[in-house]
Amino acid sequence: MSSILIIARKEFRDDFRNRWTIAVAVLFAVLALSISYFGGAAAGKIGFTSFDATLASLTTLAAFVIPLIGLLIAYDMVVGEQDSGTLLLVLSYPISRVELIAGKFVGHCSALATATLVGFGVAVVIIQIMQPEARTAEAWLSMGNFILSASMLGASFVALASVISVMNHDKARAAGLALVTWLTTVIIFDLCLLAILVFTGGNQWEQSAFPHLLYLNPIDVFRLINLTTLGSGSGNELFMGMTATHVYRPWVLYLVMLLWVVIPFELAQFLFRRKEV
Amino acid sequence: MTNAIDISALGKQYKGVAALVGVSATVPMGKVVGLLGHNGAGKSTLIKLILGLIAPTSGRVEVLGESPWGSHSVSLRRRIGYLPESVSFYGNLTGSEVINYLARLKRASGQQASKLLERVGLEYARNRRVSTYSKGMRQRLGLAQALLARPELVVLDEPTGGLDPQATRELYEVVAELRADGHSVLVSSHVLAELEPHIDSALILRQGELLAAGSVVDLRRQSGLPGVVVVQLKEVADPASFARELDELGLEHDVRHDGQFEIQIVEGGKLALLQRLAADPSIDDIVVKEASLARLYDYLGAGTKRQEERNA
Repeated sequence: MSSILIIARKEFRDDFRNRWTIAVAVLFAVLALSISYFGGAAAGKIGFTSFDATLASLTTLAAFVIPLIGLLIAYDMVVGEQDSGTLLLVLSYPISRVELIAGKFVGHCSALATATLVGFGVAVVIIQIMQPEARTAEAWLSMGNFILSASMLGASFVALASVISVMNHDKARAAGLALVTWLTTVIIFDLCLLAILVFTGGNQWEQSAFPHLLYLNPIDVFRLINLTTLGSGSGNELFMGMTATHVYRPWVLYLVMLLWVVIPFELAQFLFRRKEV
Repeated sequence: MTNAIDISALGKQYKGVAALVGVSATVPMGKVVGLLGHNGAGKSTLIKLILGLIAPTSGRVEVLGESPWGSHSVSLRRRIGYLPESVSFYGNLTGSEVINYLARLKRASGQQASKLLERVGLEYARNRRVSTYSKGMRQRLGLAQALLARPELVVLDEPTGGLDPQATRELYEVVAELRADGHSVLVSSHVLAELEPHIDSALILRQGELLAAGSVVDLRRQSGLPGVVVVQLKEVADPASFARELDELGLEHDVRHDGQFEIQIVEGGKLALLQRLAADPSIDDIVVKEASLARLYDYLGAGTKRQEERNA
């Protein structure tokens, strides 16, 4: 077995052992089922609502939760080992630094992807059983699209966490920076975009540049992947309104998402190779 | 290849501060070499350079004929075993899981991992989480992992820190076995007296510089530092008159407790002194002590300081 796989297997098992993976899977399943069942409560009806509406709500929810979990499970992947004193020992073993960080990255990403697949997968199966009209090929496709993009979103935040982990010599500082990263990508970035919209008043520049600015945040790319396939009336009118003038191609969105995984990971590798221990 | 480690003019600076300056030294194949120095002398920096964990600012290191940060550094590390100072492990894993994980990384068999746990006396605690281990147990687990894949060179950084006397003795027994099997060992310590009986030669570091190198006998000869004779007077004897006698003979001495004297041996005068003391009826007991490494360290360090002061 290659060193990357040996390390990945340990990290994957650690995430299970720490109950991270199970807790996240249960959280996803419960949230998905609750949204699906109680989602229409405001309109006065309880029971499984339309599959599209459920997926739209899940997208909004996952956009908050998955980045946070990705950052939390991975922010200490290097700085934590440095802090506890195991990094020096592991680096004296016949593995390269690239293999070490790649193994940890693969391990955490697989744990998060497993939680996403199992959590949402179980919820989808239950919804399909309870709501026969949701049993369409399109629904399965949308869900597959959702789980794939959610796993990639998780991977991109694990990659961002690895950069934070390599950059810092102090675990508490790394944790702080992880939270700042989460706040920035989840709230502050979109607020800034809204502010730009308000100040420019929807001029020509905004119309041409604005849709591309959304590529700068992996959470927005994730929302675009899912919401553009669902169309209007899916519960996220503000976001859809902001992007209504632009037609996004799914493959471009996936490519951008992939870059959000690869570029931070490459940066983490680059920094780790130069880090003094 | 006659040397396990070959170091020449090695220097390391951290943000402009010199941690190691122009160190040249060797660790011969199949020998146990002590790396001595007080805290902050540069021992751990030198070890990190040898393992390729950090890059030098100047100079060169060759370990088992390879550069530790060259293209073969990964395969080189399979031939080296390392026990870091105050080693720590993944607390959420059991002793057995830790050693098996590390064995997989070093391409050693699970069978060898189990045998090593047995060898360091941790068999009984193999299924306990490492977080419940005492410091001594962690240190023994550290020694076990350093021996995975039968490394040609074993580097032990302050291996006896936190060990009780019996565990310390057992550790040095393992070192002696390694030597007998032809392994090379570099062992660092600031407990100088403890290392002395177990090493073939010593490298003495002080403030990042190599103060002296050689066998303990060589170092004694180099320093010209005399041994001492410790004399215990009989209860009825008068310590004051014995001290006067020593003064008259021109022998340097210190008075210790309860009529005990420490007399410096002058070069070439050891036998004559012993004959004289043996004939003295007021003496109850005589013990001859060669200069210990601790004394050598202080003596050589002070010599360098005196030289520096003269140069200044």
